[in-house]
Amino acid sequence: MDINATLLGHVIWFAFFIWITMKYIWPPLQKAMQDRQAEIADGLAAAEKGRKELEQAAKQSEVVISDAKSNAAEIVVQAEKRGVEVLEQAKEKAQLEAERIVEAAKGDIEQEITRAKEELRSQLSMLAVAGAEKILRKEVDHAVHKKLLQDLEKEFG
Amino acid sequence: MANPEGGNQTSAEYINHHLTNLKVGEGFWTLHLDTFFVSGFLGLVAFGLMLRVAQKASNGVPTGMQNFVEMVVSLVNDQVKDTFHAKSNLVTPLAITIFVWVFLMNAMDLIPVDFLSQGFQLIGVDYFKQVPTTDPNLTFALSLTVFAIMIGMNIKHKGVLGLMKESLTVPFGKWLFPVNLLFRIIEDIAKPISLALRLFGNLYAGEMVFILIALFGVWQLPLALPWALFHILIITLQAFVFMMLTIVYMSMAAESH
Repeated sequence: MDINATLLGHVIWFAFFIWITMKYIWPPLQKAMQDRQAEIADGLAAAEKGRKELEQAAKQSEVVISDAKSNAAEIVVQAEKRGVEVLEQAKEKAQLEAERIVEAAKGDIEQEITRAKEELRSQLSMLAVAGAEKILRKEVDHAVHKKLLQDLEKEFG
Repeated sequence: MANPEGGNQTSAEYINHHLTNLKVGEGFWTLHLDTFFVSGFLGLVAFGLMLRVAQKASNGVPTGMQNFVEMVVSLVNDQVKDTFHAKSNLVTPLAITIFVWVFLMNAMDLIPVDFLSQGFQLIGVDYFKQVPTTDPNLTFALSLTVFAIMIGMNIKHKGVLGLMKESLTVPFGKWLFPVNLLFRIIEDIAKPISLALRLFGNLYAGEMVFILIALFGVWQLPLALPWALFHILIITLQAFVFMMLTIVYMSMAAESH
């Protein structure tokens, strides 16, 4: 074992390498590793957050769907009710219309009867006059006997 | 292949040749060129590469080289976080430097012992010791630097007075302060020595076994392979142990007893 100046040389090498490592190698590597660690932690946290949000959204969508379902059921019930109502109203209307038509027809018939009676009356009076003419074998002066004929017509009526 | 029977070397000469450093200078001012340049080269390559990765590091999905570097660095950082609880931006880089550098220098052991030394002999370099961690100069350089940083850490966290008080009163209380001080001095001196000698001893022994296996000539292969496989464990373990003990010493320095 001979200790000599080589030792000093090695000390210089060693100090030099320590200096390089301390100044230029370790800090950037440490920073890169720490940054990556932070990034990974952030990523995991974000994933966790996303998962929670998704869960919440699923819950919310469930609520919305059940709301929509109950709404729809309500609407169906209302529509049914409304349909029944409309049907009822239509029935009522049809009834009234039918009654009105029957009424009108009855009026018409009445009118027709009166007209026919009137016709019959006038015809009858003419017939009577003609009959009388034949009986009397004489011309009846219409103008003279108009008053008489009218009275006769009234009598038949 | 430096075959002792075939060449003009005896086995002892062969072993000695492999254990001799390439050096310049005299006495204390000798420089082991081989370990100095191999360790420097490995460090420059490794930390240059890590520097490039670190400058381009992004917080996106890491790919290829960045992934590998981050894996190593976070392995070390986990150990630091487990052991060292005070706040410091020196301890993790220090541990990373030690682990990566010592691991690579240890791994030089896996290059067959004659490759580099014979290769350098061809270009006129007589001696070449390829594993820097088998040079006590290097292991002591590491452990003494760690020791110095440890003292700095002590003073930074406890102050000079706090350190002195701790040295004088722990563990037996103030009335036995000479004993406390003696214990403390022995404890602290033992730290760098044990760090350096542990690494040196393990790697030196491993290298020695490789050299002895190489003496078998062509028949070294079936022996060198299992030893190399086993040695991978020692290489990694010693780098890890050096790093771990450094972290422990730092945390002992930063925390009061």
